[in-house]
Amino acid sequence: MNFKNIRFQNKKIRNLIPQFITVAILLSTIIYFVTNAQINMGNRGIAFGFGFLKQEASFDITFSLIDYDGSYSYARAFLVGLLNTILVSVIGIFFATLLGVIIGVSRLSDNYLIAKVAEWYVEIFRNIPLILQIFFWYFAALRALPLPNEAINFYDISFLTVKGFYVPKFIWTNFNIFLISIICAIIAIYFFNNYSRKQREQFGKQLPTTSISLLIFLIFPLLSFTLFGVTLSFEYPVLKQLSPTIFTFDGGLNIIPELIALALSLSMYTATFIAENVRAGILGVSKGQKEAAASIGLNKNQILKLVVMPQALRIIIPPTTNQYLNLTKNSSLAAAIAYPDIVLVFAGTALMQTGRAIEIISITMLTYLTLSVSISIFMNWYNKKMAIKEK
Amino acid sequence: MIKSLKTWILVGFTSLLLVACGQGGGGDSKKSKTLDNTKKAGFVKCGVSEGVPGFSNADASGNWSGIDVDVCRAVAAAVLGDADKVKYTPLSAKERFTALNSGEIDILSRNTTWTLSRDADIGLTFVGVNFYDGQGFMVRKSSGINSVNDFKDGIVACTNIGTTTELNMRDFFNSKNVKYEPLGFESADEVVQAYDAGRCDTYTTDKSGLAAQRTKMKDPSEHKVLPETISKEPLGPVVRQGDNVWEDIVRWSLNTFIEAEEYGVTSSNASSLKDSDNPAIKRLVGAEGELGAAFGLDNEWSLRIIEQVGNYGESYKKHLGDTGIMPNRGPNQLWTKGGILYVPPAR
Repeated sequence: MNFKNIRFQNKKIRNLIPQFITVAILLSTIIYFVTNAQINMGNRGIAFGFGFLKQEASFDITFSLIDYDGSYSYARAFLVGLLNTILVSVIGIFFATLLGVIIGVSRLSDNYLIAKVAEWYVEIFRNIPLILQIFFWYFAALRALPLPNEAINFYDISFLTVKGFYVPKFIWTNFNIFLISIICAIIAIYFFNNYSRKQREQFGKQLPTTSISLLIFLIFPLLSFTLFGVTLSFEYPVLKQLSPTIFTFDGGLNIIPELIALALSLSMYTATFIAENVRAGILGVSKGQKEAAASIGLNKNQILKLVVMPQALRIIIPPTTNQYLNLTKNSSLAAAIAYPDIVLVFAGTALMQTGRAIEIISITMLTYLTLSVSISIFMNWYNKKMAIKEK
Repeated sequence: MIKSLKTWILVGFTSLLLVACGQGGGGDSKKSKTLDNTKKAGFVKCGVSEGVPGFSNADASGNWSGIDVDVCRAVAAAVLGDADKVKYTPLSAKERFTALNSGEIDILSRNTTWTLSRDADIGLTFVGVNFYDGQGFMVRKSSGINSVNDFKDGIVACTNIGTTTELNMRDFFNSKNVKYEPLGFESADEVVQAYDAGRCDTYTTDKSGLAAQRTKMKDPSEHKVLPETISKEPLGPVVRQGDNVWEDIVRWSLNTFIEAEEYGVTSSNASSLKDSDNPAIKRLVGAEGELGAAFGLDNEWSLRIIEQVGNYGESYKKHLGDTGIMPNRGPNQLWTKGGILYVPPAR
């Protein structure tokens, strides 16, 4: 009798062994690191805990979307950093998508010059490391701007200086009502689009959907101004002298150069990848589809909107999701140029001031994980929505 | 589904047991692990700044010098017999404590302020003070600002993140009721660049740092340090908590370094003072007592420090005096000469 056969006869047990080993290795690694950290922290009298989050942060932050100064807690400082990360990511994703689509479509243009410019754009900005692009914009481009007293003046409304881009500030009254009107407009547009689709499907009637949607989007907020007492005024930045040679702008809103440099380089860099996705998506739709659409009498816009794009999007969305995730994570390079994102504020200053390395790095990692997973979930939902529905 | 889940739980639980059995036995900390490791490695692992002239700065060929560097050199001379056996790790303000805690370096000598929370809360031990400093402000001479009272709302102040400076700055501007815009960079060079380019109106850090960084500006003569000092910044070397022998070696290397100046023992006359009449001097040059044995070193450890590194006064003159960075010793003068440098006696 063969001995080998006895031991591994039972298929169930045989299959379990590699799994058992994997789990054992994984667990022992984790336990090793945890105990190692515990022993070493114990030796140095470092206590592990998250109580520090409630303590007063006592440092200030350059730029914050919510009320913050040093008298708030570390938890609040974390929130400031997180919001700043989200802000630069959202701005970056918006412009990267816009620029990416334009460049991607341009690469397929029949116009030789446009196609070549788009191609060169992609090749140049895709192949230079992002950190260098950030340094270029921050240290080379934005640092060369003039001091406030010699600012580049845009019609006395906005001023570009080495200290930032000073723009008018919106002063709202009854901003909530305005917000509600926008939400109402979006809901109305949704119902109108449903209605017009039914009209088209049942009776073959073509309503001018786009123009009417736009009109709704304009009328609702306008109504909120005229009927519900919403007002909007602007506070313009004004040059202010602090000393014989030091100037600044008072009032208005300062878009700090750190934010500009970061948003600019993130969107220009990521746009190249999105452009390639868009190009691949459009090229991925077979020519026969367009020809068939043309043969049943659809015009060029309709072909793009009804035939090409729905199919191209299926190819474009998954890799573009990756780019959105990359952009969000790349925003952590902010720390290199003093943009107060979560890495600089929380994993930087707060870590240093409290010395709680393990706790703070864990929180920061978990935060990025949550951000990335949220983007993933949203994009997967959108992808599913766009996927082929078998009927 | 349930079956597979059960299997996983079973597998996980068993491995957990196995791993738990493998645990046990902690570290034994009677001897100085750091000292043993240093001797084994043959060099002292020293954390320094990324470049503060006069304190810790590397020249073009990568040789570090400065009064912070001399603390590490003193320890290397005491422990390994050669002041040059030091491996320097340049660290940003943000990285420094983690590097020390994780064992990447064994001494942090990087113009670090001694505070309660750092000493007591995050696993560090400050062994002494090698420079008494205070925070100040630098502005352009042309700005017309002559005192901190001339600061007005809207002033942009740059500094390094993760420093006591960042906290003092807020306290200071709050007390003056001035609305300022803070801007924090990770490395000192970035702050210098930002200030030099006009991104910030004033640069605040320890006055020694300001004096040192001023030399890096495009035109150092365009800038000045305001007279006011807004904080106490006792700067000194730091070690990890938990290795008392190592802590003592670093502390007494520093103390010896300073005491040597007090007794007039210099790098050139140290060996000739072995038969001095003064027992304190004899102890310093290793001709009397068995002081080194207390932390496992031979008796000439302090002589080597003085011979190879010099005394505090020599070091100060070389790095801060002759270079013009801080010619005036101010509080960093010996207590016998009107300063506050006063170290416990080595006996």
